[in-house]
Amino acid sequence: MNIVPLFVVVPLGTAFLISLLGKRTKGLPDILANSGTLLLTVLSVGAIFLVKGAGVQVYKVGGWIPPIGISMVLDGLSSFMLVTVNLTAFLITIFSISYMEKYTAKWKFYTLFMLMLGGMNGVIITGDMFNLFVFLEIAAIASYALVAFGIEKEELEASFKYMVVGELASLFILLGIALLYSFTSTLNMADMGRVLIADGPGKLVPFVSVLFLVGFGIKAAIMPFHAWLADAHPSAPAPISAMLSGLLIKVLGIYALMRIFFNVLGIAPSILNILLTLGTISMVAGGLLAIGQSDIKRMLAYSSISQIGYIVLALGIATPLALLGAIFHLFNHAIFKSLLFLNSGAIEYSTGTRDLRQMGGLNARMPLTGTTSLIGSMSISGIPPLGGFWSKLIIVFAAIKSGHTILGLIAILVSIITLGYYLKLQRYAFLGSLKDKWKGVLEVPFTMKLSMVMLALICIATGALLLPGIREVFLKMAQDALSIGQDYAAVTFESIK
Amino acid sequence: MIKEHKGMTLIVKTITRLTVGLILLYGIYIVLHGHLTPGGGFAGGVIIALSFIHLMLAFGREVALKKVSRPIAGLFESIGAVMFLAIAIFGFVGGYFFLNFFVDKGTPFNLFSSGIIPLCNIAISLKVGAGLFAIFTALVLLKVKSKGEK
Repeated sequence: MNIVPLFVVVPLGTAFLISLLGKRTKGLPDILANSGTLLLTVLSVGAIFLVKGAGVQVYKVGGWIPPIGISMVLDGLSSFMLVTVNLTAFLITIFSISYMEKYTAKWKFYTLFMLMLGGMNGVIITGDMFNLFVFLEIAAIASYALVAFGIEKEELEASFKYMVVGELASLFILLGIALLYSFTSTLNMADMGRVLIADGPGKLVPFVSVLFLVGFGIKAAIMPFHAWLADAHPSAPAPISAMLSGLLIKVLGIYALMRIFFNVLGIAPSILNILLTLGTISMVAGGLLAIGQSDIKRMLAYSSISQIGYIVLALGIATPLALLGAIFHLFNHAIFKSLLFLNSGAIEYSTGTRDLRQMGGLNARMPLTGTTSLIGSMSISGIPPLGGFWSKLIIVFAAIKSGHTILGLIAILVSIITLGYYLKLQRYAFLGSLKDKWKGVLEVPFTMKLSMVMLALICIATGALLLPGIREVFLKMAQDALSIGQDYAAVTFESIK
Repeated sequence: MIKEHKGMTLIVKTITRLTVGLILLYGIYIVLHGHLTPGGGFAGGVIIALSFIHLMLAFGREVALKKVSRPIAGLFESIGAVMFLAIAIFGFVGGYFFLNFFVDKGTPFNLFSSGIIPLCNIAISLKVGAGLFAIFTALVLLKVKSKGEK
């Protein structure tokens, strides 16, 4: 049996089973969700070695040969993304066991969570353009509901705003797909790429590129399209903030952008220039906006915009080294941003506040949260030898090597700004003297600690991914899948036979 | 029957009593003939849900919820989803996800033909019908609550 369709089957199956049985049986939703994400993590690590050993895997859904039927494509980039998504999701579900106790209807949370995960895995694994849109909508609609999970006034408002902007993005994407379909007469991504190579881009592809850039730009919260993120991400429960900021914007935004622009449409220099500009703007502006925030989750949300800017900037440089940097930073950001959001969740769980000005000296009462948060903050600010340092270093190197010296300098400068506001976070929340009202605060329960410690350990260890031997398996394969560009079509059809 | 004061007028109630069964049957017909005629699981499911919504509009919320309560609607919805996924997974018997695993595909244009497609239609109709009904009841509940708050 082929493992490729399981990435969609397992999360959807657990989601439906939880909604069927979870209401009556207490504890079952926890067990089902955690074992589901654990299984997915194991499978995705297996997928990496499958691609390493046997090359690109194309799965024919229902036995129909592509381009007639829907296909699922597992290549270096998708197996890398699967590991990122499922590993992080597994650690977040561990955190949710205790954290979500304070909400009623935990089973609804897990159902929506697994639906969102199924949608994200589907976006990553699919080889069909319209199928990508369907999975994208599954993940997006589940996330709208999850943002409103607390059903307080501001959460509903944020969710509504997020939904309107998100659906606008989906309409842009759908229009782009419809136009591409009318131009190429096929929906299979590899076949689409083949037709576009044969017929040339014409006048349609630049227009469709703009539609996709806006659509996926909104999903990824690149700077001019970022307004929804700062409301939506802080409003959700902490595990969901971690999912949204750590994974959702990357899968629905960055991954889809990379896959479609690099592998299907073929990337044009004008698009690269747009990516460079937008990336730099989001990097700088996101960083500057984050400094002034006093709500801890809002600061982290603006920081996400800034870090997404790094990834988009690296994609805009588009040399192999820059692509490696983009992919590596994507992985690092998924890990440390999830960790930081879980830390903020832990603080909220124990103290009941998200306002930085009210905290202080929490290190004395919550040493583990403080330490893991310090590791996450230092990693995102690029302090060696933590993971974030290496990915930022690669991006800066790539910028300077390709002649964009000023952009490289801006990247370093923003890194210093990042260090600035994370030091502010540490200073206000964890350092200093303990305020009287926090004397009775307790450290969070075991499962939340476990999840945070594991994420912090991964933060420390990610630098090792660059070591020769490990790099070839994990990062290099993803980078190669991007670097081949429109040869994606040839490679995919080669492996169908 | 005339004692019931909830819902709409006697004329509407009488017409509803006469038509609601036909609408339900028509929905089931559309689902079962989904692979032969226009329509299918989604359209048929919507019509099935409409027959219950019709009851709710004419006789009031309680009458319709007595026929199908919200937990039952939720149960049917989940069963529909699990059934659809199970049909897809059964395809693994032949090696492929979503494979049409019936060996005997039947004669074309007969009711019992085309393998798993009628089964998929039934699953979809359960999911869509129960889902639409649940959404409608949720909207009705919210409206009543906001009136009560004022």
